[in-house]
Amino acid sequence: MTQVPFLLTLYYSFHSWNLMQPLLGIRFVGLANYAQIVLHDPIFRTVVVNTVVLTGSLLVLTILLGLVLALLLTRSFPGRAVVRTLLITPFLIMPTVSAVMWKNMLMNPVYGLLDYVLRSAGLPGPDWLATYPMPSVIAIVAWEWTPFMMLILLAGLQSIPLELLDAARADGAGPLGVFRFVTLPHLGVYFQIAILLGTIYLVQVFGEIFVATSGGPGIATTNLPYYIYLTGFQYWTIGSASAMGVITVVLTMFAAMGFFRILAGAITRVTP
Amino acid sequence: MTRRGVDVALTLLTYVVALVMVAPIAWMALTAFKTEPQAFQIPPLLLWRPTLENFRYAFHVAEFGRFFANTAAIGIGSTLLACLLGIPAAYSLAFYPTRRTRDVLFFVLSTKMLPTVAVIVPLYVLFTRAGLLDTRTGMILLYAMMNLPLVIWMMHSFFLEIPPEIVEAAQVDGAALGAVFFRVTLPLAVPGLMATVLLSIVLAWNEFFVAVSMTYTHAATLAVFIASYKTSEGLFWAKMSAASLLTITPVLLAGWFSQRQLVRGLTMGAIK
Repeated sequence: MTQVPFLLTLYYSFHSWNLMQPLLGIRFVGLANYAQIVLHDPIFRTVVVNTVVLTGSLLVLTILLGLVLALLLTRSFPGRAVVRTLLITPFLIMPTVSAVMWKNMLMNPVYGLLDYVLRSAGLPGPDWLATYPMPSVIAIVAWEWTPFMMLILLAGLQSIPLELLDAARADGAGPLGVFRFVTLPHLGVYFQIAILLGTIYLVQVFGEIFVATSGGPGIATTNLPYYIYLTGFQYWTIGSASAMGVITVVLTMFAAMGFFRILAGAITRVTP
Repeated sequence: MTRRGVDVALTLLTYVVALVMVAPIAWMALTAFKTEPQAFQIPPLLLWRPTLENFRYAFHVAEFGRFFANTAAIGIGSTLLACLLGIPAAYSLAFYPTRRTRDVLFFVLSTKMLPTVAVIVPLYVLFTRAGLLDTRTGMILLYAMMNLPLVIWMMHSFFLEIPPEIVEAAQVDGAALGAVFFRVTLPLAVPGLMATVLLSIVLAWNEFFVAVSMTYTHAATLAVFIASYKTSEGLFWAKMSAASLLTITPVLLAGWFSQRQLVRGLTMGAIK
């Protein structure tokens, strides 16, 4: 049932159809939409690069920060449950809320809290979204998604058998040795899950860009979903928007297939 | 530093990191109780007489209640529908496995792994023709479709944790399928069901891409309403903060309450 819309997307992608020009109707154009997008649309190329930069930086940043948070949180200390709850909170915030909040109240060059804190420390407080649009968007989304990676890696850390850690320490491994030779290898599959799911979810970042930058300045922060939104729902060129949707699926398919392979292993263990 | 010293330092670091992560949200929550001039004071005002004026404004002038009602109706309605369809499916997949069970599970999941941008165009065309555009019914159908894989996978993984012997024992005692389901299986899966329901509501509540593409005035959700603060409305920080705070509170409560199962839901049971 839910696959039907995608088959229709595929069908539309071979047609020329503009909802604002109903007299032209729907015409079959073969691969013309794809040729136009890939060969003759310089904006599309920038958009793909933006999407790769955004997704890639977010993956690296959220997984590294998530690992640090998970390592801090896997120790036992007073108030751990409360700290855990606080740390997952950014992930629960509605993306449009975090975008209006960061854009206005934190990153405003005159009244923003972030700029105030930086200036108080004698550092410059620039107009973030105008001067560094892409890093600013990355910062906002990383703030939301680090807790997600933290939860995945925390589950990984807590699944390491204590005997294994004790054995490594008994064999004379220091904290760094234990981390390098026991913890990191054990986290392998958890890193894979974090990367694969992260790719699938983070390619789709939309609300933060819609609100904080509208894809700008220029097209500096326009990614695939935002460009598809513009093409489909502002310019009403259904054929091109569909073709770009198909291209997005092809780009994320490998991540999805990798994740399926891991899941297949996970359910084989439980189902008889 | 001694071992104990390192331990205390790491704990303090954890507290500081947690406070920094929630600082933006706390700042927004405080601003919601300020007047507009107070919200813009530099250095930030830390002691003031709190006002409820912004909340009154949200309900009486900004029509917050209408968007809230839409969001709640759509979130709860779509979750009920997804559970109605998904729980029986998960039940039969868990307790009556066949050779095809795994294929069915992965087919269900493949729709969740498909980027939304790849299906939005045909859905828009379909909804225009069916008169479902900008209606609560339409949004309930869409979000139910989006959350159905989540419900099936989560409930399937919770049902698998119930020992089949319990179900068999009830059947041997002569209980009919309905009685086994409602008296034995479902009560055992209630904690999992709660988490599934809450997570499904959270995802529908926060969703933005589909909402902004498919609604205009009648069925617009809070995510769309908040996004309107991206323009000049964003100059009213106190009013914006009050509306944002009201928007995120239900989701924060639901998310905190179901946080133990959060990672299982978001990774489709790959991580427990």
